[in-house]
Amino acid sequence: MSILINILGLALTAFIVWWFWIYKSGAAAHAEGDAVSIVVDSGVYEPSVIHAPAGEPLTLRFIRKDSSPCAEKVIFNDLDISADLPVGEPYDLSFTPEKPGEYEFTCQMAMYRGKLIVEPE
Amino acid sequence: MAKATESTKPKSQKTQRLHVSDMSCAGCVETVEKTLKSVSGVNDARVNFAERTATVTGDVSPDTLVDAVGNAGYTASVMDGDIAESEKENMELGHYKALLKKTVVSGVIGLIIFLVSMLNLLPPLEALSGQVSWGVVSILTLFVLTYGGGRFFTGAWKSFKNHNANMDTLIAIGTGVAWVYSTFIVIFPYSVSEIARHMYFETAAIIIAFINLGSALEMRARGKTSQAIKRLIGLQPKTARVVRGGSEVDIPIEEVEFGDIVRVRPGEKIPVDGELTEGSSHVDESMLTGEPMPVEKKTGDEVAGGTINKSGSFLFRATRIGKDTALAQIIDMVRKAQNTKPAIGRLADRVSGIFVPTVLITAVVTMLIWFNFGPAPRITYMLVTTMAVLIIACPCALGLATPISVMVGVGKAAEYGVLIRRGDALQQAGQLTTIVLDKTGTITEGKPELTALDAEGITEEELLGISAGVEANSEHPLAEAVVEAARKRGIELKTVESFGAVSGHGVRAVYGGSEVLMGNRKFMLDNKIDIETAVSKSEELSESGQTVIFVALGGSLAGVLGISDPVKADSREAIKRLQADGIRVIMLTGDNRVTAGAVAKQVGVDDFIAEVLPEDKAQEVSKLQRKGEKVGMVGDGINDAPALAGADVGFAIGTGTDVAIESADITLMRGSLHGVADAVGISKATLRNIKENLIGAFGYNTLAIPVAAGILFPFIGILLNPVIAGAAMALSSVTVVTNANRLRWFKP
Repeated sequence: MSILINILGLALTAFIVWWFWIYKSGAAAHAEGDAVSIVVDSGVYEPSVIHAPAGEPLTLRFIRKDSSPCAEKVIFNDLDISADLPVGEPYDLSFTPEKPGEYEFTCQMAMYRGKLIVEPE
Repeated sequence: MAKATESTKPKSQKTQRLHVSDMSCAGCVETVEKTLKSVSGVNDARVNFAERTATVTGDVSPDTLVDAVGNAGYTASVMDGDIAESEKENMELGHYKALLKKTVVSGVIGLIIFLVSMLNLLPPLEALSGQVSWGVVSILTLFVLTYGGGRFFTGAWKSFKNHNANMDTLIAIGTGVAWVYSTFIVIFPYSVSEIARHMYFETAAIIIAFINLGSALEMRARGKTSQAIKRLIGLQPKTARVVRGGSEVDIPIEEVEFGDIVRVRPGEKIPVDGELTEGSSHVDESMLTGEPMPVEKKTGDEVAGGTINKSGSFLFRATRIGKDTALAQIIDMVRKAQNTKPAIGRLADRVSGIFVPTVLITAVVTMLIWFNFGPAPRITYMLVTTMAVLIIACPCALGLATPISVMVGVGKAAEYGVLIRRGDALQQAGQLTTIVLDKTGTITEGKPELTALDAEGITEEELLGISAGVEANSEHPLAEAVVEAARKRGIELKTVESFGAVSGHGVRAVYGGSEVLMGNRKFMLDNKIDIETAVSKSEELSESGQTVIFVALGGSLAGVLGISDPVKADSREAIKRLQADGIRVIMLTGDNRVTAGAVAKQVGVDDFIAEVLPEDKAQEVSKLQRKGEKVGMVGDGINDAPALAGADVGFAIGTGTDVAIESADITLMRGSLHGVADAVGISKATLRNIKENLIGAFGYNTLAIPVAAGILFPFIGILLNPVIAGAAMALSSVTVVTNANRLRWFKP
């Protein structure tokens, strides 16, 4: 029994490491032409990974459903872009990501987390 | 770096909100939606019956939408920014009340369960009646978890599916484990030894109550942090008195059109930006510039929306309306800056990113340690410590530490007429070691006047006429002084040909077949002009702080002009403030050493660099940087752009009506150098506040988690009650927000 609990505990630890840190989510959206819609609700951005080509105008349409103040801002720290998101109505954030790379976007408290992957043209 | 488009809403995808007042049935929703969707240019339209609002996306004018809804038999009006702001406030108030309600309901139920179990009011579990009674308690707790804490569970599940973990994850697992274990005991009381047969229903319920209370208090405190923005928005008047068809009519501010002539009476707010066409007055611009003294305005002067007309009545032509007004731009700029983070916050961001999974692992390790090495009853100790670890860890405090201070700091700066564009600038302004001040327009008024005229070989009138004729072609501020002087004295400007400027040296032109040279001593010597006779005069002028211009006509000296640019009344005092902050102040100017020295002495700078060509200013800044100095550059934002951009922090001196200064990190809305000292002071205070918050948040988590895990138990036999952990967690973010709010009382 005691060994079983220990094995379960270690397996749980391994699972946490794998699930939250190692596993790469395949649920990504690709920006092509129109705006990419991102739903902001219950602590997550859905989808949370956006692929976009460098040097092309990009519009991210944030649809905030969560009325808690945590969700009210979206910040692209490395791009110097930020916006206040209204509840219940779409908010279009348009910009042109110039340099390829991975840019995280988060809420003000960095609890909601997403990633914009800018790919070379 | 990416550049956001000027408006974050692209023209083709503009979102507009309408208020539709007389929809009485759900069927109306469909009619209004269909009507809006049929308008050309509309991409999407959605109607919210409960709010009586319609949200329309597309490239279409608001009037067209209002008309279309009107034709369908309903009354629509456009919802402007103010309404959106008050709507946001109402929504927040609603959210706050809902949180308080959840706190009270969860708290009362939790307290009842606590009393019932403390006073042993229910039969023991070993009896069937006991199991039934405790089963009711379990269901009551489940109600608390779903009603009061449902959002934590849905949030945790959504995050989990996204391979993400947040505060919800910790609360959901902590309280969920408490409930599942307790309910398991109720159903299978003999599955654990009697000594470990303890239930945690009240713990789960009270934790949920505490966390809701914490969120409510945090929300209240957060509301105060955005007061600066609210105050700025509140400056915008609602109506304007516009001259239409020969008479003056009051119209809503949104209907003011470009070019409208607007009447402002004493005591009224100026509705939009414009240019005075008739009358004069004194205008209080303190809300925009932080400058307390009213500014005199006469025909041709610019006035800014939101400022207050103190004395006379006047008319002005609207030149910037809606989102283009200085006030609207300031609001936008402050809002954007409030959402940025200085570098100091990046560490907290990185920690936040891995924080929750780390806590989850810590909880598992804690559980295993207590399970393997803990005293009896092992299961109870294991559960209490694991729960306490999950509940006490607070990623919110960590995540909030930086942004909440930045929000208050940037807002505070705006109150003093200091617009900070980025969080990084806010951090660096407090760390500057040297501040370089451009002389003209920064230390001085930037409005030079001709103060000396010494002709040689020709009359003074001729000298001034030719000089003004030449300088009329130049855009240099000194040139303006010469032209202005000629006009004032009623001297006709001579017509010259083939004008050319030699940057940093002077100008060259042809008058009546002879070459005219106007410029500094070096320019004369380079062109082999004999200036021997004017040397003593020029030195005398330089020593009194005047800029000397030699004029040569047909290869020989024709005279010397002396131009003074008066030092701003408060420059000396502001420079003293910077020096008192431990900053070295250097003046940078294109003037010759003697003139520069005279001004430097007058204002008390530590050092000065003279005879610098405009294009070399940036080099002087980088020279200082190479010496290891953190350099702030203060200039007027036009010819100083490269230097402003190259400095660690660029301060552009703007005016209340011209905020579109792109090359600077910080824009000073008033001309006074006190703005620089204010910016440094506010930056230092904000940085200190961020550090306090970060130390508090990091310290809290690094101390609280081991204590919750039971590190003190082997030494002093103390374990942390999960309920106390819940209270501490709820209060940790409140503390951070409250500390940030202290900044609101800071005076630079």
